[in-house]
Amino acid sequence: MPFDLLSPAVTALLFESLKQTAYMVSIAAVVSTALGLPLGVLLVVTLPGHILPLPVFNRILGTAVNLVRSTPFIILMVAIIPFTRVIAGSSVGTSAAVVPLTVAITPLFARLAETAMREVDRGLIEAAEAIGASPLQIILRVIVPEALPSIVAGQTVALVSLIGYSAMAGTVGGGGLGDLGVRFGYQRFMPEVMIAVVIVLVTIVQSVQLLGDAAARAVNHRIARGKRSTS
Amino acid sequence: MNAVLAISEFSARPAGDDGPAGVPAVRIEGLSKTFSKASGPVLDDVSLTIQRGEVHGIIGRSGAGKSTLVRCINLLERPSAGRVFVSGREITSLRGRALRTARRDIGMIFQHFNVLSSRTVAGNVALPFKVAGLSRAEIARRIPPLLELVGLSDKADAYPSELSGGQKQRVGIARALALDPSVLLCDEATSALDPETTEQTLALLRDINRKLGLTIVLITHEMQVLRDIATRVAVLDHGRLVEEGATFNVLAFPKSAVARSFLSGLVAHELPPLVAARLLPEAVPGSDPVLRIVFTGEAAHDPIVADLVSQFQIVPNILHGRIDYVGDRPLGVLTLVAGGAGPRLPAVLSRLASLGLFVEVIGHAVRSAVTCRHGVAV
Repeated sequence: MPFDLLSPAVTALLFESLKQTAYMVSIAAVVSTALGLPLGVLLVVTLPGHILPLPVFNRILGTAVNLVRSTPFIILMVAIIPFTRVIAGSSVGTSAAVVPLTVAITPLFARLAETAMREVDRGLIEAAEAIGASPLQIILRVIVPEALPSIVAGQTVALVSLIGYSAMAGTVGGGGLGDLGVRFGYQRFMPEVMIAVVIVLVTIVQSVQLLGDAAARAVNHRIARGKRSTS
Repeated sequence: MNAVLAISEFSARPAGDDGPAGVPAVRIEGLSKTFSKASGPVLDDVSLTIQRGEVHGIIGRSGAGKSTLVRCINLLERPSAGRVFVSGREITSLRGRALRTARRDIGMIFQHFNVLSSRTVAGNVALPFKVAGLSRAEIARRIPPLLELVGLSDKADAYPSELSGGQKQRVGIARALALDPSVLLCDEATSALDPETTEQTLALLRDINRKLGLTIVLITHEMQVLRDIATRVAVLDHGRLVEEGATFNVLAFPKSAVARSFLSGLVAHELPPLVAARLLPEAVPGSDPVLRIVFTGEAAHDPIVADLVSQFQIVPNILHGRIDYVGDRPLGVLTLVAGGAGPRLPAVLSRLASLGLFVEVIGHAVRSAVTCRHGVAV
């Protein structure tokens, strides 16, 4: 057991940090999905030649998304402190760290979802138009379900990035595993803490990836699986 | 000007060419579509009327505009000019919700099937019902008869990835028929299928046409598809309607060069190039007339070649020929050299015409050694 190498106090800290990371990542993941998917849909359907073409709006939205994505997270975190204070009531602490994490991951997830939904065959959208489907029905019944395996895969990528970003949350007093690693492992010269933090993070990321892949497979009906049909 | 009028004005076809009276299923008036100024119009002033209960084929080379034409009927493509009426109602003036409601009366199937991979067979067929806002119970009640109609009852819970191409197209057909449309548009619906599956799919469409009296508009680049299913045929070339009429008449007496070339694999209207190159436009000493004989109906069963030999002592030399069936009517085209016809040619022509055959002299051929010997002997 690696924990035998750590003092009970450090072990308790490790669990506390794990809880903080889980808290930050899970809330940011849920909120960024809820915001990022509609944003991704807007980025796709307002493209010229798509079901709700609004080229100017599409360009403005795309630029805004790129702006957030090209800002380094550590700068973004500090830059949006006034916004964080409005949302979370404070600019420091674990809850406050959720805000910049969400703001950083939402555009990434939106772009990944957009890429997934762009791949949906135009023919499927036309088939839905031909039976009299409205744009909203096409989005909900055709575009999102057909792109779902790729959206889930994109979500996995976004989640792994999110875990990485959460390590920087210590800057605004967010705590978490990354913060523990820096403060104890690096600043207090406790390499065993650093190693424990890295092992836990690697385990989490691996699990997220495995679960994400399994989920993407479960919703994918594009390729026949199991036994071959004999007909 | 109106292309349909132009064709019927010059039509020398037998009677029975007109569809049934009443409000046509689809009426297209002066339809034009231009995607970009540089490439010119894809459709150029096309007018076409499709009567109720017909299977109307539209044929043309790729790029002739046939796909655009059929997509203008349900406004997947909005025409640059012209009007489209479905069951007497103008579609081209509709937008938004009114257009979506009108589209429920027009089914469509596609070359690449366009079935949703994320939904089972039953789920795909349920889509039009969900779009139309039917209740879950109502949808559950309506799906089984549709699956039975297309022969997929045992595949209700299968995903499209587990189906063959022909089965996917049948899912497409069931989905298109779900809302009980009055017109079914088929956009190259059999082009991605092998010949056997094409045959089965056409049989299903023909069956649906007869059972439900559904009007079918079918575009294809394969003449045999039209021979097997279409009651009427329109020929498109470079965005223009060059010919339109009952299938048998278009096959037997094609007027446009495009139609003839489409038919070459099916009906022997055009001579193989090697033979055609030997024909002379005018008679010269020592040449014989070359006759093209079109057999339709009963005359196709008569031994006319033997008749020519015994009645006129003609030595026929067959250059090219083929007999096929369109629906249940035989259709044959035979090109032969009437060896030694000479001054008896008018008598030969009137004899053939009296048998109900269509005959024309398409050129003259210099006698081969064999014909020459026999010709001298006669």
